[in-house]
Amino acid sequence: MHENDRPILRVRGVVKRYGARAAVDGVSFELWPGEVLAVVGESGSGKSTLLNAVSARARPDAGEVEFLTRHDGPVDVYALSEAARRLLARTDWGFVHQNAAEGLRMNVSAGANVGERLMALGERHYGRIRAEAGDWLRRVEMDVARIDDSPQTFSGGMRQRLQIARNLVTRPRLVFMDEPTSGLDVSVQARLLDLLRSLTRQLSLAAIIVTHDLAVARLLAHRMMVMKGGRVVETGLTDQVLDDPQHPYTQLLVSSVLQP
Amino acid sequence: MNPTDLPAAVERDANFNFGYLDERTKRMIRRAILKAVAIPGYQVPFGSREMPLPYGWGTGGIQVTASVIGPQDVLKVIDQGADDTVNAVSIRRFFQRTTGVAVTERTVEATLIQTRHRIPETPLAEGQVIVYQVPVPEPLQRLEPRETETRRMHGLAEYGLMHVKLYEDIARYGHVATTYDYPVMVDGRYLMAPSPIPKFDNPKLHMNPALQLFGAGREKRIYAVPPWTSVESLAFEDHPFEVQRWSQPCALCGSTQSFLDEVIVDDRGGRMFVCSDTDWCRQRRPADA
Amino acid sequence: MYVAVKGGERAILNSYALLGEVRRGDPALPELSLEQIREQLRLAVDRVMCEGSVYDPELAALAIKQAAGDLVEAIFLLRAYRATLPRLGYTLPLDTAHMRLWRRVSATFKDLPGGQLLGSTYDYTQRLLDFSLAAAGEAPVAAQAAPAAAEAVPRVVDLLGDEGLIEAHVPAAGDPEPRDLTREPLTFPAERAVRLQNLARGDEGFLLAMGYSTQRGYSHSHPFAGEIRHGLAEVEIEPEELGFAISIGDLELTECQMVNQFAGSKTQPPQFTRGYGLAFGASERKAMAMSLVDRALRAGELGEAAESPAQMQEFVLSHSDSLEASGFVQHLKLPHYVDFQAELELVRRMRAGLQAAGEEEERAA
Repeated sequence: MHENDRPILRVRGVVKRYGARAAVDGVSFELWPGEVLAVVGESGSGKSTLLNAVSARARPDAGEVEFLTRHDGPVDVYALSEAARRLLARTDWGFVHQNAAEGLRMNVSAGANVGERLMALGERHYGRIRAEAGDWLRRVEMDVARIDDSPQTFSGGMRQRLQIARNLVTRPRLVFMDEPTSGLDVSVQARLLDLLRSLTRQLSLAAIIVTHDLAVARLLAHRMMVMKGGRVVETGLTDQVLDDPQHPYTQLLVSSVLQP
Repeated sequence: MNPTDLPAAVERDANFNFGYLDERTKRMIRRAILKAVAIPGYQVPFGSREMPLPYGWGTGGIQVTASVIGPQDVLKVIDQGADDTVNAVSIRRFFQRTTGVAVTERTVEATLIQTRHRIPETPLAEGQVIVYQVPVPEPLQRLEPRETETRRMHGLAEYGLMHVKLYEDIARYGHVATTYDYPVMVDGRYLMAPSPIPKFDNPKLHMNPALQLFGAGREKRIYAVPPWTSVESLAFEDHPFEVQRWSQPCALCGSTQSFLDEVIVDDRGGRMFVCSDTDWCRQRRPADA
Repeated sequence: MYVAVKGGERAILNSYALLGEVRRGDPALPELSLEQIREQLRLAVDRVMCEGSVYDPELAALAIKQAAGDLVEAIFLLRAYRATLPRLGYTLPLDTAHMRLWRRVSATFKDLPGGQLLGSTYDYTQRLLDFSLAAAGEAPVAAQAAPAAAEAVPRVVDLLGDEGLIEAHVPAAGDPEPRDLTREPLTFPAERAVRLQNLARGDEGFLLAMGYSTQRGYSHSHPFAGEIRHGLAEVEIEPEELGFAISIGDLELTECQMVNQFAGSKTQPPQFTRGYGLAFGASERKAMAMSLVDRALRAGELGEAAESPAQMQEFVLSHSDSLEASGFVQHLKLPHYVDFQAELELVRRMRAGLQAAGEEEERAA
């Protein structure tokens, strides 16, 4: 069977509780290779908690997360050893934080930030690491001359680009993004979204993007999932959901944003 | 024999147990040492005792030495390569007083060597034990101060961060800017701090026939490199590990293969370079006075 | 011809002799006796016992004399002595509710069962130098007598506890023996019993600064001094062959129970929380500081974000010990010729490299 014939990620009945409250209450979905899925909802809807649960950052209280590995077929990510899970997270996966400082090492240079994953995987040739880092800075449309500068000196938009380069350097097949463009100026946001769109296409990246911004979903996602109170209330092709929302909550979301 | 090879005699003080520590404490430390030898480079926590010397002055090394020393041992103690620096003298006197064992300044005569900051230039032999005093056993501490994190990094052998540091050095200076306590990989598994020896000494750690024990009293860790174990200094393929070189030989013995100390001889910028290993230097000089 | 420095051994022996002279001072003056130190510098003795973790006023006085009054050095001497003492057994838990009290104050209740007892304190003295002490010839006063055995004086926290207003501290199932920090290394995360041992031995100045920081916005916990008591507590052991407890003497102690605000959560009603401090002798500043730091270190357990230094257990517990801190700071005066030589060589090489590059540029220009 060709690998594109199977979902790259299969999530079944994921539940995550905080005390008595279920922040995520039985969510299931599948993600296909090269597919971009947007998870939208207001704050408190459980979308970020869901992202942490499916990206192996916070073990769910119930449910399963199955990832289609390159060589060993589908594996339950929480059944893996911690070492294997962390290896997966820094090779075949990426995670882009809303706040770039959380995803970067702010006290080392841009080049080292991009090169870290390569070094962690055993790359021991300085020249190659540096060349690769420079190449990735170009691909995220950054000035390669800044390769030795600290991210402290970068603008918010540049930090986010650097964070993306740091994640993509190992050619992951799946990237998780938590509100990657919020907190940036509108014009910076638009350019970053363009970049993300072309990168996901060029690299056939599968991605899950959590956002409260329906415009982000419209621009990037093939499919979207609307969450409310820890549950999925509507799911479908992005254009279909946005143009013809079925669930009253989605209708409310869409009308409150898209009204002229 | 040169009379300076025999340090001053100190009488054994019968008020103290052999080696100062009580036997149960020694057994506890020996268990930690055995575990350390079994897992080369792994830091074994141990119940470090308060010693009559200050923390940071060799309490870890002293506890290791006190636990392995026997009445037949011949002890050598060096600090900065020299047997006669005050801290070396103080530690040697401590063991003379609490064990009464024979002491020597000759590397070849010693069965047990306690050292701070150097490995003798004279190659060690099988059967010898060298005990290093370690101030900071955790090689990752300067990069990640939380022990809970560094323990996880060792457990999972996630050492990318250490190479990030080396990368940064090269990006900034064109070469790795660590000159002592240069991190090493032991037996291909554990990242280890070799204690603040100059990186000049790092190659001596590799496949050394002697048993190498490391004691950190304040941080309460013991680790070891068993005889004939691989010890690799971290580097990049295109920026290989290199040791310090001097443009001149030792002014006293003419050695060109030893680590040299710089000695300022006047206030007009005059200086000379002499071996830091005093025994090595003396053995190479013609017997005079 | 230069000859490498020798004579470390002779220098050390000379230094010993000199130290003895300096410590003794003017030999025309009478030598201090241990009794004098114990009786007249008793707060110093208390601190040395507490941080030296040996309850022995005689030995503490000796350590102070030998250290020429340097308390951190005296603590070191006592700890080193203690390290090889045999461990004969463990006492039963102290019952501080049955302490015979010299002093007992509560900042939370004006009056309470057992009453407020001011005792001897510098608190309400005016800090004016008393020149009559300089004149030597103090009027002799009666020595402070041991407090009479009295009824149990209930602890303020127990009064609050009866109403459920303060969290209960019930020992874990089976009342497991606490780890002994003097026998086993500190590892993280450290449970509270281990943390309290560390703090009890911790440097007073360090704890004071840490406790103080919690009052200045670095993890505020709204503390109230629920109760501070100072007196004698009975020490009991239960020898296996006897099967019942016997008293082996009294310990002079200061205990501080700090009562802190806690807003509660969805599942827990609001309740006060505790911070605990205990010190040998009359060591009120230490006990109070300790109780503030103990409370701050419970951040994780109480679901508070650990953002301030006093809440970070690796930070606090790794740096509280005066022996570790003093030793490592002062080890910087040991020779570092070799490491420094290595750095010197590097700096020279880097400067030479930079200079060469500069000259090259000039030539090219």
